[in-house]
Amino acid sequence: MSDKEPLFSAKNRKLLTNPLGTDNPITIQVLGICSALAVTAKLEPAVVLTISVMAVLALANVIVSLLRNTIPSRIRIIVQLVIVAALVILVDQILKAFAYEVSKQLSVFVGLIITNCIIMGRLEAFALGNKPWPAFLDGIGNAAGYGIILVIVAFFRELLGSGTLYGFQIIPQAFYDMGYENNGLMILPPMALVVVGIIIWVQRSRDKSLIEN
Amino acid sequence: MNTQSNTYTFLYAAIMVVVVAAVLSFTSLSLKERQNMNKEVEKKQNILKAVNVASTPANAVELYDKYIVKAIIVDSEGEVKSNDKVETFKVDLKKENKRELSKRDLPVFVFNKEGVGEKLIIPVRGKGMWGPIWGFISMESDRKTIYGATFDHQGETPGLGAEIANADFLAPFTGKQIFNQAGMFTSLKLAKGTASTNPHAFDAVSGGTVTSKGLEDMLLKSLGSYEKFLKSSK
Repeated sequence: MSDKEPLFSAKNRKLLTNPLGTDNPITIQVLGICSALAVTAKLEPAVVLTISVMAVLALANVIVSLLRNTIPSRIRIIVQLVIVAALVILVDQILKAFAYEVSKQLSVFVGLIITNCIIMGRLEAFALGNKPWPAFLDGIGNAAGYGIILVIVAFFRELLGSGTLYGFQIIPQAFYDMGYENNGLMILPPMALVVVGIIIWVQRSRDKSLIEN
Repeated sequence: MNTQSNTYTFLYAAIMVVVVAAVLSFTSLSLKERQNMNKEVEKKQNILKAVNVASTPANAVELYDKYIVKAIIVDSEGEVKSNDKVETFKVDLKKENKRELSKRDLPVFVFNKEGVGEKLIIPVRGKGMWGPIWGFISMESDRKTIYGATFDHQGETPGLGAEIANADFLAPFTGKQIFNQAGMFTSLKLAKGTASTNPHAFDAVSGGTVTSKGLEDMLLKSLGSYEKFLKSSK
């Protein structure tokens, strides 16, 4: 942490807020797409994965940032990978002992967290060159930006695909009686890509500065 | 110090591996007992769920002790090998499924509650899309009709294969028959949309074909090994 700079200076606040919009890891950097396809058929796993990625990314960013001056550049990717893998296993083990229900939902995503491009991307691009506090904020910000997209995609896929939200029935039975049917295509992975594409489209048409020349 | 030299790089990697290994094994060892306890409680909850008894992690052990009046191990010929409740609970289906059918220990849990009557609970285990799937099937005392079912999985895709653990998927299993009218073992077959009128079939999960087929295979093999036991009236 810098001696004079306040904890939430304008620069640090940007680290938190930029990834939510103009520097979003999914819609702008186009990272982490694979897990966006896999876990967004339901809202609940999307939220659980967001929280887990947030914990892992923030911690990994801080650890890599603390070690940044000691890591030999030739094996830095391996070092980062080991740190992320160890953190994911630790989180999983602790959940299995103290929050068993959550760990059961998470089990399928453990591998996805390790392979999530956003994590390695942030470690490489930010944590290796910055101090721990900004690295922590960057981790939280990027995981939140990732999570927002995940939740938006999951919201539409679960609502239109299963008629539920967070497991609760939203579309009333009367609609089904009148002939409404759930859109089975929405729960299949390709529709996640289409929904992400629509979000990118909306975002770029609202903010012209995002459009490449 | 030169952080780019070979010696430094080697030392760095070696120390990192040792430190990470130590941290992970320490965590694993110190949490093992709690994790195993959680797994046992979950198994008891699942056994109770197969007979439609809702439980929480806090009261599962108490309800299990109260309603599961007996637990026995049978062999593929239907003969009782043991009637020790604790021993039966500990049978590991993963190991048993690798042994020859005639040598397998097949656990059966006997449930009894006033007003509901006696039900047999049979554990099942098989392969899903990404990993093992397992569950418990409870049978009416006639040993032909399914009273309830519960399935679980290690890593089926949420919204697709993982739907096999959902109440909506499980409810139609009640009342299904695993023997046909001639008394032949038929297990339950996959059907698409026609299962509600067929007493020997269950509906597939849309978008979860591999998991559904795995489930069909699991029921055929697991329930099949109990065929003689279910036919006998012991």
